[in-house]
Amino acid sequence: MIYTKNLTKTYNGTTVLNIEELSIPKGQSFGLVGNNGAGKTTYFSLLLDLIKPTTGNITSNNVVVDESEDWKPFTSSFIDESFLIGYLTPEEYFYFIGELRGQNKADIDNLTAKFEDFFNGEIIGKKKYLRDLSKGNQKKAGIVAALIGHPEVIILDEPFANLDPTTQIRLKQIIKDLAQKQGVTVLVSSHDLTHVTDVCERIVVLEKGNVVKDLETNPETLKELEAHFSGGTIFSDEEE
Amino acid sequence: MVLFALYFVAVFIGLGIGLLYLLKEGFPDQDPFVVANNYLFYWIIADLLMRFFLQKLPVMSVKPLLTLPIKRATVVNYVLGKSALSFFNFLPLFAIIPFSFMLVSDGYETSLVLTWMFTMMISVLIINFLNFIIEAFSAESEISFLPIIVIIGVLFGLNYFEILPMTSLIGSGFLAIAHHPILILIPIIILGLCYGFNFKILKKKLYLDSSLKSKVTEVNASDLSWTERFGDIAPFMKLDLKLIWRNKRTKSMVFLLFIGVLYGLFFYPQPVYREMTFMFALIGIFSTGFFLINFGQFIPAWDSGYYKLLMSQNIKYEQYLRSKFILMVISVVILFVLGIPYVYFGYKILIAHFAAAIYNIGVNTHVILWGGSYNRKKINLDKKAAFNYQGTGAVQWLIGIPLMIVPMGLFGLVNWLVGFAAAIALLMVLGVAGIVFHKKLMKFITKKYINSKYKMIDAFSQDN
Repeated sequence: MIYTKNLTKTYNGTTVLNIEELSIPKGQSFGLVGNNGAGKTTYFSLLLDLIKPTTGNITSNNVVVDESEDWKPFTSSFIDESFLIGYLTPEEYFYFIGELRGQNKADIDNLTAKFEDFFNGEIIGKKKYLRDLSKGNQKKAGIVAALIGHPEVIILDEPFANLDPTTQIRLKQIIKDLAQKQGVTVLVSSHDLTHVTDVCERIVVLEKGNVVKDLETNPETLKELEAHFSGGTIFSDEEE
Repeated sequence: MVLFALYFVAVFIGLGIGLLYLLKEGFPDQDPFVVANNYLFYWIIADLLMRFFLQKLPVMSVKPLLTLPIKRATVVNYVLGKSALSFFNFLPLFAIIPFSFMLVSDGYETSLVLTWMFTMMISVLIINFLNFIIEAFSAESEISFLPIIVIIGVLFGLNYFEILPMTSLIGSGFLAIAHHPILILIPIIILGLCYGFNFKILKKKLYLDSSLKSKVTEVNASDLSWTERFGDIAPFMKLDLKLIWRNKRTKSMVFLLFIGVLYGLFFYPQPVYREMTFMFALIGIFSTGFFLINFGQFIPAWDSGYYKLLMSQNIKYEQYLRSKFILMVISVVILFVLGIPYVYFGYKILIAHFAAAIYNIGVNTHVILWGGSYNRKKINLDKKAAFNYQGTGAVQWLIGIPLMIVPMGLFGLVNWLVGFAAAIALLMVLGVAGIVFHKKLMKFITKKYINSKYKMIDAFSQDN
């Protein structure tokens, strides 16, 4: 589904991302972890053609993303608050995204009704502008907007940050359902190792722009990741 | 908005230089300096009124300072000091200083004029701080503009019914200070009191749950289903209309429509201008294109806050731009229709305005959209509206040349060489040509935008 080849991004001589080859099959829930500056958001921005690759490219469903715009109809994303339109209410925002993605009002109403639990009564019918919502509620609206119009690829940058515990648990269920039941390719990045291991079938660790680990999730994965990020010494010492 | 601010600066400088002459003309047997002082009362009232609606204390900017080891008193002084640097305080200087120069060169005593000038500057600051006191009281009352209306109304009434002759009272006050410099202590003390009072109010309110709380506004939803007739660009039109109506910075656009309509009234009532046929084109372009220029110059920066979203969404750039185009065309048509009464000043004016409207629709809309592809400055929609230069770069200056100077020059030249009819025809032909080639032009413009996509995304995500 998504194939990355020889991808690098360089700013003023500093390479911030360097991926030789990475292939993500359809319907996989894919997790990207790494410290600040590891290149997670850079990779997602390249995937959405928001920045131009220095070399190489990404192919999504046989479309080279920086050459054609044909990936847009089946791709959706929520990266940060700049994906929200502050002066709209959540409903208006959903309708607007819906119109761009060929959905009518009834479709949107159906969709948002399904997320009543997730919204916890704080989003719909509140007569508030998105810019006046709390960070967590803004995130909820942004994530649900990314599900509009049956996308085949969904990209969520740090979806768990700012959410309350209940919503985090609900979001995990939503992401799992998307990948397992609907065959959607979900790309998630996070700083929270527990959440990613819970949700993703596969986890890639980025460090200074390079892929340093590529793991199939199994019961040991969380330990392995924790060991990696704590410097690789503490846990291995204990085990020996 | 820049044009707007500059316009005011120019008007004030003009006023400062011309006032002495005007007063001598209007009141030949009175001392112009005395007359000017008698009018100060009206200036004070007008200034207070204007500030009340446009100027707000910059309290929000101190939020980050609260948790730092800085005394609350310092923070309050900083906020109040910052307010003294507002554009509203500099604007009167553009009139006061030239007027003072004119007075001195007219033979008035330098020391007298200097004292007067300083008194005026202190008065500007008094008005500045007085306004914040009034605003503080307004915030607590139910009808927020009641206090200012009452204060202004009472002062005006006292003066008008000659119960308390405010005009001569204030006038002779200023004169007395000018003649006895020691009295300047009085306004300085008043300024000190106003400052102290503000300090007290503000210190009490500098907490996150009182004045620093950001206001949550109720949504005003209006029915925009009429936009559906525009087909595939309807979503963007709805978005643009909400953009204009729901943000402080853009809301002032609506008022610009009125200024656009009334713009001709600055010129046409004076016979001097009615003789200058070449001016008709410029006034016509400006008057029918007032919204076009002010809105258009910041395309696509209006959407800079969520530009990444638009760029990753399933949209056609051409539709996005066409929505802005249609909006500008509608504004030109509305402004032209509202300006039809100018025919009162002569049918030639109406014809010139019509030609200018066609030129605006056919040429200027495309020019300004094209110019927009060079915009690299972000705009924060939540920031205050009046005299906000954010988002202004070289583009906004350069675009004025093809937008206004070129049509005026062409019109003036042909009008002078051939005649009025030919000049009108030229503007119309250019305009119609633009309309005919609309599709081609839009294709070219769209390409420009696509080419600068990455640069724009990058620029719009920087906080400047």
